[in-house]
Amino acid sequence: MSRFVRLGETDRPSLTLHVDGAPIAALEGDTLMVALLSQGAALRQSEFGPERRAGFCLMGACQDCWVWTESGDRLRACSTLAAPGQRILTSQPEASWPTHA
Amino acid sequence: MADPRIIIVGAGPAGTRAAEACVQAGIRPIVLDEGRRDGGQIYRRQPDNFTRPYAKLYGTEAPRAQALHETFDGLKDRIDYRAETLVWNIADGHVRTATRTMESALPFDALLLCTGATDRLMPVKGWQFAGAYSLGGAQVALKSQAVSIGHKVVFMGSGPLLYLVASQYVQAGADVVAVLDTAPYSARIKALPDLLAVPSVLWNGVALTLALKRAGVMVRNSVKPLEILGNVEDGLSGIRFRVGAGAEQTIACDAVAMGHHLRPETQLADLARCAFAFDPVTRQWLPERDGDGRSSVAGVYLAGDGAKILGARSAEASGRLTALAALGDLGLPVDKGEMASLRGDVGTYAKFARGLATAFPWPAEQAGALPDEAILCRCEGVTAGDLRAVMRETGAKEANRAKAFSRVGMGRCQGRYCGLAAAELIAAQADIPVEQVGRLRGQAPVKPLNISIGDTDA
Repeated sequence: MSRFVRLGETDRPSLTLHVDGAPIAALEGDTLMVALLSQGAALRQSEFGPERRAGFCLMGACQDCWVWTESGDRLRACSTLAAPGQRILTSQPEASWPTHA
Repeated sequence: MADPRIIIVGAGPAGTRAAEACVQAGIRPIVLDEGRRDGGQIYRRQPDNFTRPYAKLYGTEAPRAQALHETFDGLKDRIDYRAETLVWNIADGHVRTATRTMESALPFDALLLCTGATDRLMPVKGWQFAGAYSLGGAQVALKSQAVSIGHKVVFMGSGPLLYLVASQYVQAGADVVAVLDTAPYSARIKALPDLLAVPSVLWNGVALTLALKRAGVMVRNSVKPLEILGNVEDGLSGIRFRVGAGAEQTIACDAVAMGHHLRPETQLADLARCAFAFDPVTRQWLPERDGDGRSSVAGVYLAGDGAKILGARSAEASGRLTALAALGDLGLPVDKGEMASLRGDVGTYAKFARGLATAFPWPAEQAGALPDEAILCRCEGVTAGDLRAVMRETGAKEANRAKAFSRVGMGRCQGRYCGLAAAELIAAQADIPVEQVGRLRGQAPVKPLNISIGDTDA
């Protein structure tokens, strides 16, 4: 089930990115949020409650749309463009701290 | 002063006009903006490879949007424009900026804060479900990405944006189920004398409502939102509400765009130590400024909706006026006649804005009436009942003290979306005026930073 509905501008070249290991198709110029919510109902799991979350403000103020790269960088899905070959995780990868033995 | 260093924060209507005035005076200002492109939120630009024409994107404001964008394009070679740059603190005479990878500290002789606004939200039980969006967010989805936030969309709240965005959705082909306005229709009649200050904008608003009704959209006034229905897995499924003292009704939908007009982004003014005062008309704390945009701190100037919500047209005028004031203070020649005329424009828009505040009042009483189980802070799932319990246990009645005990306002949005409602809830619970609750202090960094960020010289 998709959450967002495309109302125009669909005549753009498509690209493929990976979300949680699975390939999804998006259009050039899509934000990650639009790419993910054009084919899913939510972006991530709330850390503080039982519900799924799908962003809120779309202007970089609420921080409700966080996703991660496989190397652990946090991205705001509303203000990051989808790019070919991107590998996105919808839950935070386990932090690996350097050991100083 | 040979070469004054002017920093402008924000590249929306106010920031663009301020930058233009600086360039015309022979100064090359630094323009810092968080967006990928200029334009700000209301005149947000779509990505390069989108093709919708101005008229389709901005409706009646298309000529203004186009003029603003063309002005900025013409300035690009003559300003130090830094896009996708967050200003996260102002301290020790420096503006602290961060990009995704680099941190800088920039000194300034004059700092113009044109930080714009975000939606003012009144929580409704269930607003944490996926599919609830801010009204401005719903507009960004359409304007900058050509998508609707859902298959069946309800617009709920109040303010001019409610009707504007709903009608933009209808025109773009979205399925708009209803517009639920918390304001009574009588409030608009009461506001007419002030709204007549800018008849063209008033008429635009009337035309929008008529167009919505012609399109068959249910439009209701005096709405009492009761609950956003939904489930934790699939998100929202409907809205439960009442009209006036009428019976409860339920509408099915999978998205709601909610908001009560706007609130200024004042964190940077706060960090710059500007004095604030309570504005009883909007029930918001606003940074103090003189008629030309000077804050209480020498060298710090405030323009546009980031200082007070007066709208995009006013922001263009106040952006230019404030830049002229700064240039004059730096000893550069400025046209006093033009400044007087800009002051007049800003005054007219201020009258209109007062009319809007009367026509679409902030429903403060809704906060006090929130059921205990309703989530107040979306970031961390803190409920209205949690905050009330903290007040009973600790006696906290001041905004920052209540925040420290309850975490309301301490989450990752830093109180942008719950802070005003939390203050109203505290005021209702403690039976004190909301100004006695005070305001949440701005904290650096004003938005979360990446921990891996590196240093660079200015």
